[in-house]
Amino acid sequence: MAEDRVPTHPVAPSQFPPPVDSVKEFIGAPTDPEDERIEVGVAIVGGGQAGMACAIRLLQLLEDDPELTERLGEVPVAVIEKGKVAGAHQLSGGVMNPVSIRQLLPDADDWPHWGEVSGESVYFMLNRKRAIPLKPVPPPFRNHGNYVVSVAELNRWLSDKAEEAGAFILTETTGHKLLVEDGVVRGVRTGDKGRDKSGGEKGNFEPGSDVMAKATVLAEGCWGHLTGAALKGLGLAGNDPQVWALGVKEVWEVEQPLNKVIHTLGWPLRPGAKYREFGGSWIYGMNREGSKPRVSIGFVAGLDNADARLSVHDVLQEFKLHPKVRRILEGGKRIAWGAKAIPEGGYWALPRLHAPGMVICGDAAGMVNVPKLKGIHYAIESGKLAAETIFQQLKASSTDFSSYERAVHASDVGKDLYESRNMKQPFHKGLVIGGAITNAMVVTKGRFPGGHWKNHPDAEAPLLLTDRHERYPKPDGKYTFDKLSGVFLTGNATRDDAPSHIRIEQRVPREVAEAWQWMCPAGVYEVPEDAPADGPVDLIVNPSNCVQCGAITAKGGRLTPPEGGDGPLYQIM
Amino acid sequence: MSGILVYALHYEGAINKNSLGAVSEGARLASELGTECHAIVVGETAGLTDELCSSLGAYGATKVFRAEGPEGLAQPVVDAMAKVITDNDLGYALFGGGLLGFEIGAGLTARLDAGVCMEVVSVRVEDGKLVSERPILGDSQISDVHYDAGVGVIIGRLNAFEASENGSGAATVEDVVVDYAPHSLKATMVQRGEQRGADVNIEDAQFLVAGGRGLGKAEGFEALEQLAGALGGAVAATRAVVDAGWYSYSAQIGQTGKTVAPKLYLAAGISGAIQHKVGMQSSENIVAINKDANAPIFEFSDLGIVGDLNKIVPKLTEAVKAKKGS
Amino acid sequence: MKICVLVKEVPDAAVEKRINPSTGRLDRSGEKNLNPFDTHAIEAAMQLKEGGAVEVDEVVAVTMGPESAVRALHKAVSLGADRSAHLTDEGLAGSDVNGTGYALAKLLESESPDLVLLGQQSDDGECYTIGAVVADHLQMPSLTQVIKIDVDDGKLRCERQAEYGYDTVLVELPAVISVGDAINEPRYPSLKAIMGAKKKPLETKAAGDVGIEADRVGYDNARARCADFKAPPDKAAGEIIEDEDTNETVEKIVAWLDERKLLA
Repeated sequence: MAEDRVPTHPVAPSQFPPPVDSVKEFIGAPTDPEDERIEVGVAIVGGGQAGMACAIRLLQLLEDDPELTERLGEVPVAVIEKGKVAGAHQLSGGVMNPVSIRQLLPDADDWPHWGEVSGESVYFMLNRKRAIPLKPVPPPFRNHGNYVVSVAELNRWLSDKAEEAGAFILTETTGHKLLVEDGVVRGVRTGDKGRDKSGGEKGNFEPGSDVMAKATVLAEGCWGHLTGAALKGLGLAGNDPQVWALGVKEVWEVEQPLNKVIHTLGWPLRPGAKYREFGGSWIYGMNREGSKPRVSIGFVAGLDNADARLSVHDVLQEFKLHPKVRRILEGGKRIAWGAKAIPEGGYWALPRLHAPGMVICGDAAGMVNVPKLKGIHYAIESGKLAAETIFQQLKASSTDFSSYERAVHASDVGKDLYESRNMKQPFHKGLVIGGAITNAMVVTKGRFPGGHWKNHPDAEAPLLLTDRHERYPKPDGKYTFDKLSGVFLTGNATRDDAPSHIRIEQRVPREVAEAWQWMCPAGVYEVPEDAPADGPVDLIVNPSNCVQCGAITAKGGRLTPPEGGDGPLYQIM
Repeated sequence: MSGILVYALHYEGAINKNSLGAVSEGARLASELGTECHAIVVGETAGLTDELCSSLGAYGATKVFRAEGPEGLAQPVVDAMAKVITDNDLGYALFGGGLLGFEIGAGLTARLDAGVCMEVVSVRVEDGKLVSERPILGDSQISDVHYDAGVGVIIGRLNAFEASENGSGAATVEDVVVDYAPHSLKATMVQRGEQRGADVNIEDAQFLVAGGRGLGKAEGFEALEQLAGALGGAVAATRAVVDAGWYSYSAQIGQTGKTVAPKLYLAAGISGAIQHKVGMQSSENIVAINKDANAPIFEFSDLGIVGDLNKIVPKLTEAVKAKKGS
Repeated sequence: MKICVLVKEVPDAAVEKRINPSTGRLDRSGEKNLNPFDTHAIEAAMQLKEGGAVEVDEVVAVTMGPESAVRALHKAVSLGADRSAHLTDEGLAGSDVNGTGYALAKLLESESPDLVLLGQQSDDGECYTIGAVVADHLQMPSLTQVIKIDVDDGKLRCERQAEYGYDTVLVELPAVISVGDAINEPRYPSLKAIMGAKKKPLETKAAGDVGIEADRVGYDNARARCADFKAPPDKAAGEIIEDEDTNETVEKIVAWLDERKLLA
């Protein structure tokens, strides 16, 4: 194996911050004349599980309260969703704990799923041929009573429920700027449409609108645009910075049904501490009467990884070559592909969850239990709790939503997150030692070893260059695939003359350019063929490939929402 | 009810190539059905000489119906064709690809309460009837279409029918007097066939030479323009090079650009990612030049050349010119 | 002047279209959207209304389709139509091109428009130029492939793409005009318009309400019938030449092109 190339001075993407001042650009006072502003009762930015759960719960409570309903006006609840439809940008493994959705909608038992988990296995992949089953299944991976779901599908169902209940779902609309006046969040300004490549106004330019609300909910998901600005501008940052992993997923139609959920650790990730490769795979059987059997398969790796040439998409392709995986997928057909970042900072990275007039829910707040890979029901739960606080406080004509934060910390969401607060960090010591430490934490429910294991921003991790990329399989177009064919499958067809929505420093050292190139699952960043082996590289950026996974925000650039409606149209992710 | 009537579009003293293809196809099918194929032309008699009309016999038409009427408009042709089909108890109306053909065929379908299939790529005879075949689902499948009752209207895809002079000589010309419907006379041609701009519309070009990132720089398009000129075609580009400002957006081919299906698509320095492929995959002949033997384009090209396009393209241009004798 | 815009709900172009493995028919379960070509028709109607050359009293969006088709109408209304009409009836399901054109014509007859605008084709590739079918049933002049509309002394001066270049045609009203996507750049709906769309009047009509004869529509009465999907004939595997002697390579290419009559 060739020598790993470690630069003489540590090079990390954080040394080349993107050209953006998120507080100045994305927080401010309303600018539309007062009579042109749009008034709604509650504005929910993000139509994912947290956003829809919040909308549904609010409308449930409002149904019995005509007085408050009237006070909230013609549009009591508006959901602002940047995807073409609700669900278009939704992606998860996923296995969901049904407790929260049942609490939210006890009378609607027909939420779509792909089978109750009927068996589970965990494997440690030793190398490209062998796998060691971990028996008994380690506690975090036990999923008895949980359901395999497609969040893209589930979200569409929740959206229908929200609409039935009376929510205004405004799709193809972005939350561009947080409206703050006198220290109180007053609503959201939506994004412009019809700008050209240089940012000018085309013939059909339509400016965004100031949407004024008595309460604003940020439920933007893993790379929350307004959330990021709010954390800085309103002083809401948590103890530790947020850190993320990147998950790349495929859905396959297969011949033989897979009747269990499988998780793996180990190969193709490298165990050595210097690589900082933390992650693994999932393989979930998706079975439903009347449908051909399907399998959801994905690979996850932390974005603070050190090797600039680690590509999660290509690791997934490599992973599929393992005989254990081949047995499951062979003879099948890939029907979907997608990617999304996962917040992994856990408890220590939770921000303050409220500000006057505003709350933060779900993935945007980093409510993901990393060892258990659970977040969907936290999103629903937090949306519900947010609705309850908002309802109560609006009745009292107050913008103080601090009781929401207390409610979250007192709930199972808060308790789970606290228990698992240190479980990812030990893996910086490598897989074996890390695994042992985390095991100890799991067994003692977080008490041993306690303390506060700090997170460090992904973009600060110094980079090295290896020959990792030489081991990725050459895509054959039938079983293994290149990035662009996946992007095509997502239905991504962004306008060619749109301005770039990616803020990034384009002249960077090779290590950084390659880190972005390999990291991005959609092929947005490219190192030009004629770029020098040493010395600065002029990065090529292809924003129209972007599937808005959010990885670049973790690793030194910054994603902003492109025009509403752009991006993928996930159906079964 | 038997017999095929083919619409023949004419302009400036010549019959449209796609119409000639349709007549040839009509003749082939009529022969297999044991019936006759006729053609119909509509326009000013000055332009529709006996000589021009009967020349369709060379392509297999038995009779050519000639009707005096407004030129270049669809609805008068609907009236004319409906009359001829009804008076002669014909079974099928056939159109070569082309914009007017779609419009006439659609109107005729309504008039005759007929079944229609559009974008037909081939026609066959089955149990004494015609069955059309058309691509669906982005050309990934072919669907059969059967005509269950009454007249069958067949509208071909552009270039679907090849013209061939297998006819047995001159066709007889029969003049028809058509009582045009009032609404057919409510559109008046003010100016016909205006050419716009120097740019060839790449969607109409029969030969396209397309360039991608592999050209290396904007100037790389100069060589492609020479080659396109030699072949008698136009230049196209991928999204990547249009983004980089090397070529005009009007020439962009692909998922977010134009879709083309020329007789020849020569891709130089194009990797063949699916976003590009969907814009040109129906091209009749695909030739690819790329220095990367692993480029995906080689998986669907008819002829692939692994090599340096900077060396190959100029020499190819010279060789093409020499072969064509220009 | 009353303008009716014919709109259609079609599967989103981004959704991979496939045959449903269990039914053997086109899988229509995916996302649906307003046919992009129809947005150009709506924009054309709005530009006529806002242009001032002629007085437009109302723009009405009309569609024929199942229940979900109302979303296409909401979108049309958010783009500026004043109200909409939805023709929906089980008896219309599976109608062929002729049946569809006939049903739409009856729906339009009940509205008595002065101008009917529609998109040139629908994204699902089902049929092109349905405008011409509708126009024949309505006995109105029609043009397709129109990329420019101006009002000229009560008539419409239209430019349209044809085989030999661009034609300019003067059309008397009432007329049916099918527009191409080059005609304009459709506007984006404002947030206010999107939120207000559901409040605009939407009339639902059944086949009997507009005098549609049952034996002219529906799957059983189709005059043309799709059957039997099959994969297209296998393309012969391509030939690969590795360029070593460029003169030789070029000779081979020219021979290959000549064989296929591409150098005529």
